[in-house]
Amino acid sequence: MTVYPYVVAAVILLLGVIGIARSRNLVHAVVCLAVAQSATYVLLISIGYQHGGVAPIFSSSSTAPKHMVDPVMQALTLTDIVVSATVTSLLLALTIQIAKQHDTVDPDELRSLRG
Amino acid sequence: MTAEVLAGALMPAVIIAPIGVACVLLCLSRWLDRPFVDAIAFLAAVAVSVANGTLLAMSQQQRLVVWLGGWTPRHGLSVGIALVGDQFSLGVALVASVLMSCALAFSWRYFTDIHTHYHALMLLFLAGMTGFALAGDMFTMFVFFELMGVVAYALTAVKVEEPSAVHGAINFGIINSLGAYVTLMGIGMLYASTGQLNLAQLSRALAQHGADPLVVIGFVAVATGFLVKAAVVPFHFWLDDAHAVAPTPVCVLFSGIMVELGIYGVARLYWIGFSGTLAAGQIARMFVVMGIATALIGSVMCLLQRHLKRLLAYSTIAHTGLFLIAIGSFDPVATGGIAIYVIGHAAIKSVLFLTAGIVLNRYGSVDEFTLRGRGKDARAVGVVFMLAGLALAGLPPFAVGLGKGIGDEGLLSAGFGWGPLLFLVISALTGGAVLRAGARIFLGIGRAPRGVEQEGMTGDEEHREIATGLNHLPWTMAAPLFGLLGAGAAVGLIPGLGSQVVQAAERFIDRSGYLAAVLNGSATYSHVVTPVAGWSAEGIMWCFGSVIAAIAVAGFALYAPLLPRVITAAAGSLRGVERGLRSIHSGHVGDYAVWLLIGVGAAMALALFPA
Repeated sequence: MTVYPYVVAAVILLLGVIGIARSRNLVHAVVCLAVAQSATYVLLISIGYQHGGVAPIFSSSSTAPKHMVDPVMQALTLTDIVVSATVTSLLLALTIQIAKQHDTVDPDELRSLRG
Repeated sequence: MTAEVLAGALMPAVIIAPIGVACVLLCLSRWLDRPFVDAIAFLAAVAVSVANGTLLAMSQQQRLVVWLGGWTPRHGLSVGIALVGDQFSLGVALVASVLMSCALAFSWRYFTDIHTHYHALMLLFLAGMTGFALAGDMFTMFVFFELMGVVAYALTAVKVEEPSAVHGAINFGIINSLGAYVTLMGIGMLYASTGQLNLAQLSRALAQHGADPLVVIGFVAVATGFLVKAAVVPFHFWLDDAHAVAPTPVCVLFSGIMVELGIYGVARLYWIGFSGTLAAGQIARMFVVMGIATALIGSVMCLLQRHLKRLLAYSTIAHTGLFLIAIGSFDPVATGGIAIYVIGHAAIKSVLFLTAGIVLNRYGSVDEFTLRGRGKDARAVGVVFMLAGLALAGLPPFAVGLGKGIGDEGLLSAGFGWGPLLFLVISALTGGAVLRAGARIFLGIGRAPRGVEQEGMTGDEEHREIATGLNHLPWTMAAPLFGLLGAGAAVGLIPGLGSQVVQAAERFIDRSGYLAAVLNGSATYSHVVTPVAGWSAEGIMWCFGSVIAAIAVAGFALYAPLLPRVITAAAGSLRGVERGLRSIHSGHVGDYAVWLLIGVGAAMALALFPA
């Protein structure tokens, strides 16, 4: 594995965090969080990738292929996506409640938790 | 053999059973009356506590290792998922389940308008915490960490109609999730270097691989998520927001054990995974520097609060800093002392939060200034609150004092001569803040505050969590309150506890023993000569020192305007610092995200540059 996927993942994560930092809308912030999480998909998938590898599926009749991509990393990515769906939906639901209670979704105007 | 069979059944059960009960409750919620739901959830938490207690007793003799689905290692390699129970992991699981039982009992009469989903979330939360404590590999830790996190965000915002609650929950959610993603990146990087996720196999592979910068960065990244959960500066901003707004029984679990689980996670990760590979000096520097910053900022912010629950939240941050320093001393005696400290802190901080909840119900506010003198009619609650404040400062025989005394000994033997003094200062500041608030509310003494003291978040906006103010204390609320206070004292009085916990700490940091147990199945503990630890004359002296200092801090805060002008002028020059600290804690999620990046950078710098 080259250094390239690490750089891509780090950049995506950084973009997500910068997005949250500069966000003027909580929906945008939650989506930026999902962007930050997609950095982990890129990293995990590329760690598990093998050049010329095939899908890690065997049966008793066929012999195991020599080159296959790492199934552990794919399982991790899949779990990660499930986590992402849970977190994003919960945070969006909270954003709806914030819009109802505060009449704004701009973090700059939420002032209930200072000091 | 029977012990192993029992462990093999109970260890998965303490995780699966609460999840199962939560699902059943949700399915049947339409047909079940509220008392049934309360009773079932409470009994489930008690059953998990009994199981955890049984497992803890069994783990005195040997490490309990369970490979799920029977995927036991062959020739020291396995692709399965291991649950590992030693005295520390089962100890934190037991604390979590006992606190959960207390919180659920307290909720019974505390909430009048709450539905089954609250109980289900609480049980899922318990499953997440237990799973995190017992997990033997990094990815399983991450999964339970996320489960614990997502459920905690939802529990923070259980009172969805309250504006500050939803705000606190979204800050908590975004910052914790970001931390978790950094953890996952770290797990990926370590997997890329070693091809392992299981902590024991990772540890062995890393020892062959050697310490290159990528491994250090991987460690810091994985630790970041746990440090965010542990509310270590500068990752701590979510905690005071979430604790100030979450319902009281939920705060008990947040402050009592969830935050400490972050520290446990970092310690487990370091000792098992990395202690054989990384340069100890640099990692110790990272832990100690961050711990000191956390302790100082937490205790100063604690003194500046008027919102009772927020004050308690900052006190938790300050104490977490002390825990991290003790972990960073890499000394078994300090680690054992801090374990007792965590148990004592869990009991006492829970009592304080429960009292805050009772105050909120009775008077409709948790604001120290609004409530000045209002609490005079609640004598029992006032006495409990003040006693808990003194116990937080280290009053013997409470377990906090015992843990602090043993921790001091360990820090001194590790060469941290300043350790006991820092512990005294932090205990005095946080205990003093609690005593000050208690004296204002329950005794009505002290001058009315003026000027800058009145800044910050007030506690008037919090809604009552039940429909009508209770004028007497129902026994389901009194029993957890007095039970936990009694437990805090009783744990400090168990004869020989100190030595036993220090022995457990020796076993906790024994990397080769853990590896042998997980990979080769030799579960017995290696024999180590452990020093005798317990109440010592010197420790008791330090404890009374911090109690007196706490009373002095409280007195100073209450009667500051009466002091000679020279002193008040000197204090006035610190107002700029106070304003600065307050403005950092802005409640703005974007600011917190930037602090998280700064924190990751600082932690990596501390861990990477040679000491």
